[in-house]
Amino acid sequence: MFYRSHVLVCTGSNCNIKGCQGITEALRRELTRLSLEQEVRLVETGCLGLCEHGPALVVYPEGVMYVRLTAADVAEVAEEHLLKGRLVPRLLQPTATVDSGYSLNMSPFFSKQKRIVLKNCGLINPDSIEDYVHADGYIALATTLDTKTPTDVIDVIKKSGLRGRGGAGFPAGRKWEFTRWATGSPKYLICNADEGEPGTFKDRLILEGDPHLILEGMIIAAYAIGATKGIIYIRGEYDLSIRRMEHAIAEARKLGLLGQNILGSELEFDVEVCAGAGAYVCGEETALIESIEGNRGEPRFKPPYPAQQGLWGKPTCVNNVETLANIPAILQHGAEWYQQIGTANSPGTKVFTLTGNIINSGLIEVPMGITLREVIYEIGGGIPEGRSFKMAQTGGTSGGCLAEEHLDIPMDYDSLAGHGSSLGSGALLVMDDSHCIIDLTKCFLKFFVHESCGQCTPCREGTPALYSIIDKLSRGLATESDMRLLKRLSRTMQSSSLCALGQTAPVPVLSALVHFNEEVEAHFKGDCPTCKCHTARGGRQSAN
Amino acid sequence: MKSLAGLRAIRESMHQPSNRLNNETTTRIMVGMGTCGIAAGARTVLLTVMEELATRNLQHVAVAQTGCMGMCEKEPLVEIEVDGQKTTYAYINADKARKIVLEHIVNGSPITEWVVTKS
Repeated sequence: MFYRSHVLVCTGSNCNIKGCQGITEALRRELTRLSLEQEVRLVETGCLGLCEHGPALVVYPEGVMYVRLTAADVAEVAEEHLLKGRLVPRLLQPTATVDSGYSLNMSPFFSKQKRIVLKNCGLINPDSIEDYVHADGYIALATTLDTKTPTDVIDVIKKSGLRGRGGAGFPAGRKWEFTRWATGSPKYLICNADEGEPGTFKDRLILEGDPHLILEGMIIAAYAIGATKGIIYIRGEYDLSIRRMEHAIAEARKLGLLGQNILGSELEFDVEVCAGAGAYVCGEETALIESIEGNRGEPRFKPPYPAQQGLWGKPTCVNNVETLANIPAILQHGAEWYQQIGTANSPGTKVFTLTGNIINSGLIEVPMGITLREVIYEIGGGIPEGRSFKMAQTGGTSGGCLAEEHLDIPMDYDSLAGHGSSLGSGALLVMDDSHCIIDLTKCFLKFFVHESCGQCTPCREGTPALYSIIDKLSRGLATESDMRLLKRLSRTMQSSSLCALGQTAPVPVLSALVHFNEEVEAHFKGDCPTCKCHTARGGRQSAN
Repeated sequence: MKSLAGLRAIRESMHQPSNRLNNETTTRIMVGMGTCGIAAGARTVLLTVMEELATRNLQHVAVAQTGCMGMCEKEPLVEIEVDGQKTTYAYINADKARKIVLEHIVNGSPITEWVVTKS
């Protein structure tokens, strides 16, 4: 069937909440009414990235995006654009105008991005393996099986410099190598999709938008490390991700892309989905393994590392969704190609979720080393309501808070670490000048108090203690010794907590102390320059 | 190349969702579908073009509609863009559309007597 036009309706979670179901139905009705069903193909696709402006749709081949749609708007788009070929200017995405160019590729939101992981997201129907295969899907897998040995694959990934996208940035190739050479059978490959970091939703949208890309990455990884069994551990709240992934697995099995003798080779590998139960700590790989085994989600002591003794005591490799999503492209285009993108120590791209006080909140993929300023002002469209930038938190709740003077540092693993923050899970929270740093820090700590699993003392006791000091500070009641304790306690937690939860919980606190010292001092003296959060001296109690 | 052959077999067995701008698209056909074009019979032209592309399985061609090109008198207008070079044909009907696909796109020789403008 040849269609003259494709209409792609975003059905990512964010647009789902905003009612894209109604948009799809209205469009289907209109296409029937105008007898365009044979000419125009309606595709329900993954996240288009401009979540702030959803529900949205794109008309191809022109590449015109319409945003903030209602069912009535859809009728107009169908009648004007699809039937008569005229744009509907009032519904165009914000940066597009009829004169300056309306194609998606011309908008700074898209033109500044470099899409490797998200190359199909918002372009194909995630529930259709046909769409994926026709977008050159599974070619990387087929050529790898034909031309490369497992050690070749590991060498390519090592050479590409790909680092784990879950937050820690450990070289992916080395992790694979450890599992490859570990003794024990069977070996397991786990895809960590327990995205628990508040404000992060990239893995969810990758899973929803292009589930076969993850499967292809996993099959290649399984071939490299010698795993026969794969598990995708998806956060329990991610209904749509779970549903689409299970559908993708079933379709792949039917075509012999999973199971025995994959694509006629000797490779045997199968995947199942395991739903998490909502604990933040289960994003930590050993707690995740405990959870799959049916135990309480508590981190294990390391060593032994999962590569030696992981799931059911067998060698296990745990990779983040985004890490696996990079694999097919690296195998297809080569390690040299990948190294040219991004920076020397952090090659490739990074997917970020933009949230907070930013005009274009949504999902983006940019080369590593891009500055915060470019992301916030060029792609993100700046700060709304004429307010000015105050701080950005990278890496999710456990990341550091960066101030205005950091807007020009390159965003990669090492540069951010040098400024007391991290790339982390890819959350980018932007705050304008109406927010109080102490109030925010309190919010973050409250989250950690709730999510600490309680297994090790520094984290279990440390998080509430940190919270109570910041609470006192916000009310202007903190003493000199409280402030000393705050720093000492933070250092103790960083050095002696069992897992990254306790080790990174003090990061926002410490970065606030350094980067927003004046504001902290003001609170210490009993004044809050922004929200008057101190209550002890006559102010009001803040939200928390 | 066993696995690649296997994948190719799978790919060929699938129905082809085509007409999406991608890296392989080198040719574009634009049909003028303003009120003037529609009134002059552009829809039949468009459907014929699509049918012809499907029959010939021309994967590198994208079809799009456009609004009024400004020469309402000469509608239906069809614009062919090959590697950035644009050629516009006037007074096109279903038969002419079929010939244009064959001569211009498949054989690479524009039918000069129907051309109104060229870039």
